Amino acid sequence: MRFMLAVQNDWSVPLPTGAEWDESVARVEVVNDDMRAQGVWVFGGGLTDPDTATVVRIESGAVTMTDGPFIETKEQLGGFWVIDVADRAEALEWARRCAEACAAPIEVRSFDELSQG
Amino acid sequence: MPTDLASVYRAEYGRCVATLTRLLGDISLAEEAVQDAFTIAVQKWAELPPNPGAWIVTTARNRAIDRIRRESTREARHVQALLLHRGDDEPEEVGPVRDDQLRLIFTCCHPSLSPLAQTALTLRLLGGLEVPQIARAYLVPEATISQRIVRAKKKIRDARIPYRVPTEAELPARLPPVLTVLYLIFNEGYTASRGELVRADLCREALRLARELASLMPDEPEVLGLLALLLLSEARRPARVGPSGELVTLAEQDRSLWDRAMIAEGHAIVRECLRRNRPGPYQIQAAINAVHTDGPTTDWRQVLALYDQLLQFTPTPIVALNRAVAVAEVHGPEAALAVVEELELPGYHLLPATKAELLVRLGRVDAARAAYAEAVALAGNDAERAFLQKRLAELS
Amino acid sequence: MNYLLSVINDESVQLSDAEFQEMLARTGAINDEMKEQGVWVFAGGLRPPETATVVRARDGAVTTTDGPFVETKEHLAGFWVIEVADLDAALAWAEKATTACRAPIEVRPFDGLA
Repeated sequence: MRFMLAVQNDWSVPLPTGAEWDESVARVEVVNDDMRAQGVWVFGGGLTDPDTATVVRIESGAVTMTDGPFIETKEQLGGFWVIDVADRAEALEWARRCAEACAAPIEVRSFDELSQG
Repeated sequence: MPTDLASVYRAEYGRCVATLTRLLGDISLAEEAVQDAFTIAVQKWAELPPNPGAWIVTTARNRAIDRIRRESTREARHVQALLLHRGDDEPEEVGPVRDDQLRLIFTCCHPSLSPLAQTALTLRLLGGLEVPQIARAYLVPEATISQRIVRAKKKIRDARIPYRVPTEAELPARLPPVLTVLYLIFNEGYTASRGELVRADLCREALRLARELASLMPDEPEVLGLLALLLLSEARRPARVGPSGELVTLAEQDRSLWDRAMIAEGHAIVRECLRRNRPGPYQIQAAINAVHTDGPTTDWRQVLALYDQLLQFTPTPIVALNRAVAVAEVHGPEAALAVVEELELPGYHLLPATKAELLVRLGRVDAARAAYAEAVALAGNDAERAFLQKRLAELS
Repeated sequence: MNYLLSVINDESVQLSDAEFQEMLARTGAINDEMKEQGVWVFAGGLRPPETATVVRARDGAVTTTDGPFVETKEHLAGFWVIEVADLDAALAWAEKATTACRAPIEVRPFDGLA
């Protein structure tokens, strides 16, 4: 079963720098390596600042663009993993490891049946 | 000498930043380098070099290379971008390239940036205006403007907004925001939303950028239309404000104060646009202004016909309101009032002001007084408020 | 450069089965086109937000709560990850996506992929 493990970052707090940042990158790398070693890793990536987002939509037939994220909240998606595991319990266990590595809450959501690869 | 340098700065700053952005692959690096080069110019120039722009670009590029070598913390990709452009095909003496300005203007006005960011970036990067000047013009705190500029530059870099002129196929979507930004800059100068009526520096800057754009894209009729519109408006600027800063209406303007050369240039462009026969909203607005500035009185039938055409392109209540003024001249105030009363423009002082003028002409003084009072309460700049108060006082 | 194209659904808009099938056909066509052009990296539709669980780990203690992290009327319904040259290319795909999904698309660049 495929799950999305979405990192909920508080973007009002500046990202760590220097050694602190290197440590968090290293912790995430360990999780990535373990996911790959156990064959559950499907996709993973970190996103740039939500300020760099653009929303595209159709309004009365014309395409319009707006600067910034769709929802202006303090917490925004900072990155995510897609994993393929046996069940929800296993997904939650990976989520625990991701939450520890990223020092941020992880929202776990399953993919619909059409997106099971 | 300082005067010379100031005029070089004004003329060359935007072009140099545009070229350096291409050479360095980063807007902030380009700005730093160009500012460094002008600082050196202040110290070194005993007299102006033959090609000041080329001197600034070469010096800025060399300074940028030094700076990047010195500051090892710079991200590797900037260095790479720089090295990429140091091939043998790159001539040593690089003058500002005209295409670079087009690239920069389209990047600044990218539709994924907010309208305020587009305007602020255009004025900062292409106009060389400082943050406090931009903040004053738009009556927002300096911190807001600098934050918008920083954010926009970050987005351009991190989201990878391309530094290129849009293709023919993309132009219909990408040109309008550029024209809108130049129009808004001019309009903000022409009818400042608060405080004094006219900010000549913004008008001149918008006109200069429109002229550059028209020389870079001579085959785009709407670009020409915008240039003609700005020329014909700018030409009348000296007559629009009376001796004590009050607004003077078109009918009451001293036409001898109009700039004849600008009007002639504007008329020539409008005729050229008519010949090309690819009308658009800016060309039609320019044509309306051409009628207003043609001969001693306005041919209102022609103005009304043009507004009818404009309304088809831009069916907005503001255009409908302006059209109503022409309706009054052609079909009388009764017909115009019927049009105006259908319109909804909350908070826009010119709606009650127009209504008031029409009511005066219909002899409905009490209703006119109420409409003027409403307009006075909504007016943003001092000159317009004073004008409306004077009209109101005349009714008492 | 990789971009995330998020489909933002408004839960007050309910699709009929037929409408849902039509939308699937349209998004399927976009997937095919992305794959043909070599820009497709990943795509998926998510189960509704109420099926979500949030996991927090602080000082060795783990807590899980049912439901989405933020309760909003609009939510992430699915997404594409694409690899293209620049934002203009990403926005062109977002335009196709918003047309197909009849929902706003949020375009965000990736800092890097794992």
